[in-house]
Amino acid sequence: MSGATVEARRPSTFGALRAILAKDLRVELRTLQSVPAMALFALTTFVLFRYGLDRKTLSGGLAAGVLLATVLFAAILAINRLFVAERDEGGFDGIRLAPVDGSALLGAKAAALVIYLLLLEVIAVPAFGLFFLDTWGGVPALFGVLVLADLGLAATGVLISSIAANSRARDLLVPLVLLPLLVPVMIAAGGAAQQLLAAGGPSYDGVAKWLAVLTFYDLTFAAVGFAVYDYLLED
Amino acid sequence: MKVPSLRDNAIAAALVLCAGFALVFFYAPLDADQGFIQKIFYLHVPLAMCSLAGFVIGGVFAIAHLRTGKSIYDVRSYVSIHLSVIFGVGVLITGSIWAKASWGKWWVWDEPTLVSFLIVFLLYATYYPLRYAIDDRDRQARYASVFAITAGAFVPLNFVAVRMAQSLVHPRVFATANGGLPGSMLLTFLVCLAGMALLWIALVRFELAAKAASASLSRLRRAIEGEEYAPPSGSRIAPRVPSSATSPS
Repeated sequence: MSGATVEARRPSTFGALRAILAKDLRVELRTLQSVPAMALFALTTFVLFRYGLDRKTLSGGLAAGVLLATVLFAAILAINRLFVAERDEGGFDGIRLAPVDGSALLGAKAAALVIYLLLLEVIAVPAFGLFFLDTWGGVPALFGVLVLADLGLAATGVLISSIAANSRARDLLVPLVLLPLLVPVMIAAGGAAQQLLAAGGPSYDGVAKWLAVLTFYDLTFAAVGFAVYDYLLED
Repeated sequence: MKVPSLRDNAIAAALVLCAGFALVFFYAPLDADQGFIQKIFYLHVPLAMCSLAGFVIGGVFAIAHLRTGKSIYDVRSYVSIHLSVIFGVGVLITGSIWAKASWGKWWVWDEPTLVSFLIVFLLYATYYPLRYAIDDRDRQARYASVFAITAGAFVPLNFVAVRMAQSLVHPRVFATANGGLPGSMLLTFLVCLAGMALLWIALVRFELAAKAASASLSRLRRAIEGEEYAPPSGSRIAPRVPSSATSPS
């Protein structure tokens, strides 16, 4: 077969990303190890807050704080588990050997984390409303805030999770390093959510300012992640 | 340009700091609003500025480490961050004293710069457990550099977010109603800042020299006692100084 060359088809980064993401979502669908645990954790935490704060309804800053703190801590559960399969089953070596860019792995993990968080919020926010809220007017806009917060969580979460996956104290390191990094997310998302969950119905004062801070946070850490991902996969 | 020796550096730091504190007590006027306690500003603010600058310098060394792969940059990044964390303890203590004297409470959440500093300090405090949790030295150095870069990007972002979250900002010494710091206070402040910066540099160089000395000592012992020589199992967090960097300078 003269003239026929063996075409070394190098899969595109985006194609690899999609394949890894599909793999992760399929694993999650079959094992159900992250999202149900996060949802259950969130519901239980709401009940704890009901008695810890001794409130039957929440509004304003208190509502924002309870909801966001619960979401952040639930996110830690998923972030802890994000790279477990890669580490245990040699996925890191696989990516290093495969002719694909390492950003595919980190991008896919970030996308998977955003999807898990959105699923969590689809369950946790209505439950939160049912338990504590008098008015639901701000809830649709609240999802916009949460999406931006999720992107920031994913950007920093993937970075720290991939570091922690190769360390001894994996479960310890993620919350320890990630929580201080997430303070600006809490400040900005809390500032916006506080207005949206205000007692007398939502107000949109200053929400745009906080959305801008969240966007800036997301872009900064996406850029940092993109700049350093190579060094996280190198061995 | 000849780099001054560590000894000259240390002497300069001591002289400038002494001159600075002499200016604080005998030259700078008392602040009209806050009185004597305002003088802690000449210690607190230079400490904070050096500490933050040190975190940024640690990030710059981390970038150099990732780009070149030379472990001496990791050592420099580690020492910069280490000294800045120690300075950070000083910042929080002096800030707390200032808060107690000005507002009657040891901690106030209304002072955005101090709150931001606390958050930054808490983040950098996790640098040690992070290093400690990774056994492989190359990987530890690489991940520590990634952390130092991420945290370096976090510092300005965090300051913006915390500042925006304040409804009221207490009057700043730099920008008072009658247009900034008076000349005598500014001069005193700049001398104190220069002294503190020299101190930070001297301490970093001292720490680097100490690390280099103990690394060459280990190598000499190993050469004399052979392979059975076990280096003292001190801190596994501190990066090891590469042999190329231990030549006396």
